[in-house]
Amino acid sequence: MTTPALRPGRAPGQGRSAAAFLAPFLILYVLFIVGPALYGLVMSFFDTSMVKSGLSTFAGLQNYADALGSSDFWSSLWHTFWFTILTTPPLVILALVLALLANRVGRGQWFYRLAFFLPYVLPSAVVALIFMWILSPGIGLLDTTLAKIGITAPNWLGSETWAMPALAMTTVWWTIGFNFVLYLAGLQEIPRDLYEAAALDGAGPWQQIRHITIPLLGRTTTLVAVLQVIASLKVFDQMYIMTSGGPNYSTRSLLQYVYDESFTNYRVGYASAVSMLFFLVVLAVSIVWFRLVRSQQKEA
Amino acid sequence: MVTETLAPPVRADRTVTVATVDRRIAIFNRICVGVLIAFALLWLVPILWALDTALKPNAETVNTTWWIENPTLAAFGRVFTDTDMLQWWASTFIASALSAVLTVVTASLAAFALSRMRFKYRTLVFWFILAGIMVPSQVLMVPQFREFQSLGLLNTFWAVALPQAPTAIAVFIFKQFFDGLPADLEEAARVDGAGFFRVYWQIVLPLARPAVAAVSIFTFVWAWNSLLWPLLVLTNPDLMTIPVGLATVQGAFGIRYADTMATAVLGAVPLVAVFLLFQRNIVEGIAGTGIKG
Repeated sequence: MTTPALRPGRAPGQGRSAAAFLAPFLILYVLFIVGPALYGLVMSFFDTSMVKSGLSTFAGLQNYADALGSSDFWSSLWHTFWFTILTTPPLVILALVLALLANRVGRGQWFYRLAFFLPYVLPSAVVALIFMWILSPGIGLLDTTLAKIGITAPNWLGSETWAMPALAMTTVWWTIGFNFVLYLAGLQEIPRDLYEAAALDGAGPWQQIRHITIPLLGRTTTLVAVLQVIASLKVFDQMYIMTSGGPNYSTRSLLQYVYDESFTNYRVGYASAVSMLFFLVVLAVSIVWFRLVRSQQKEA
Repeated sequence: MVTETLAPPVRADRTVTVATVDRRIAIFNRICVGVLIAFALLWLVPILWALDTALKPNAETVNTTWWIENPTLAAFGRVFTDTDMLQWWASTFIASALSAVLTVVTASLAAFALSRMRFKYRTLVFWFILAGIMVPSQVLMVPQFREFQSLGLLNTFWAVALPQAPTAIAVFIFKQFFDGLPADLEEAARVDGAGFFRVYWQIVLPLARPAVAAVSIFTFVWAWNSLLWPLLVLTNPDLMTIPVGLATVQGAFGIRYADTMATAVLGAVPLVAVFLLFQRNIVEGIAGTGIKG
């Protein structure tokens, strides 16, 4: 190839080089992301089955109507929301508190990072195995510890009421490190002299946190909260391994519903419609985030 | 104290208040340390308990005490005879490394084009890729499964790695990083007649080492830990990844808790090692690059 023009903006050769650089990614992207996304959208309008090839007969909006009229769909959607409601506040607020404390303490950062972040790199299956053992009725560490202080523990994973809180607790332990690190990074961006100025004005530690740290962490909090909501909505692993969606389907998440419908009942077209509805929920959250960030940028 | 009594009253007052405020702050700081250490220890309990259980004989696990009467490594030995742990390690490593390499190479090339080259539709291509961040991969599991089924690629490492390779966020991270690099060096190289690929390979990529480290570690960890997709496409026991293997073995041990915990510990060891080795890159990766958004 001849030397391309040096002045940017006038190089006829750059289009071709750009295509060559972009091609490997774009080919994989179209083949395995965009293509399947469109294929899924198409299938959601057909009676496609897992055990037959091809799209099968056109169903129009019937799959969507079936989903919206199915109590299984609504209950699994509710379980997913319930899980999100149980996990998001502790994962945002506790992560913030721990990051504030770690930032204040200064010394021994590596230890706190290790303690809080290490669980995040464990495979979900490892976390599930450990917590199934800790939550074992009667002989698990949690039950025996609670018994020592006189509390009779419920049958965590075997109870329709307590299975979801137990899964939420497991998840908080597992993933808090990610938010913790995001908050620590946000804290380090706050200029030191702001605190010094506030201290000179006689602001105590609590006032500094309330009037400087929390407001300046606004953008980080938006980010953490939205990433957390999306991550919680996508829950599958914990339920699949720890409760298989039980007892009595009380912890079946929306993704597991999609999984069951397509790989157990072979209703691929229907499952695709449910996937699309799920995508709309995630999209709605993303749009809310986008607008929040926009308005925060305007304020700044 | 002597100076205080000698100083004018106003100043003395001030010294006293500053001293009490300092003392209050010292107490406050000590409470902070206490609370933080308590939480950190609480967070370590599940991991330590898993290790503790794994070091017991199976029969001893029912007495829920931290004290081990007959510590033994036998449970770890049984993992290797009763499960395919070695094979799981190998499979997971191959699949994760494959998807990390594919992601780093393709995403950094694309990001270089988006950051350094002028061409028509550049903004359009950028938004087209960025839109991919919005699509959760789980939404695609059914069509992707049918795609790999018709391609005849089920039960291959390609089936695990290929859908994970085009990671839109990785392009975004690389582009942000490249945009921040000074252009002087590259311009000099271009004047000397270096083509785009040489600039990319010999100048930009070495400078972007932190981004390369962050993206490769993260895609590796994500690929290593993903359960749902490998669960669908790897049904052959010889190819199972660790999460899939652990999910299927769950319950197989029944009440042999020491064996179960030894399996969990061994399933976690490779990634814990990755974490300890690259702790700084991981944390800086989350904090410093675009993973933060």
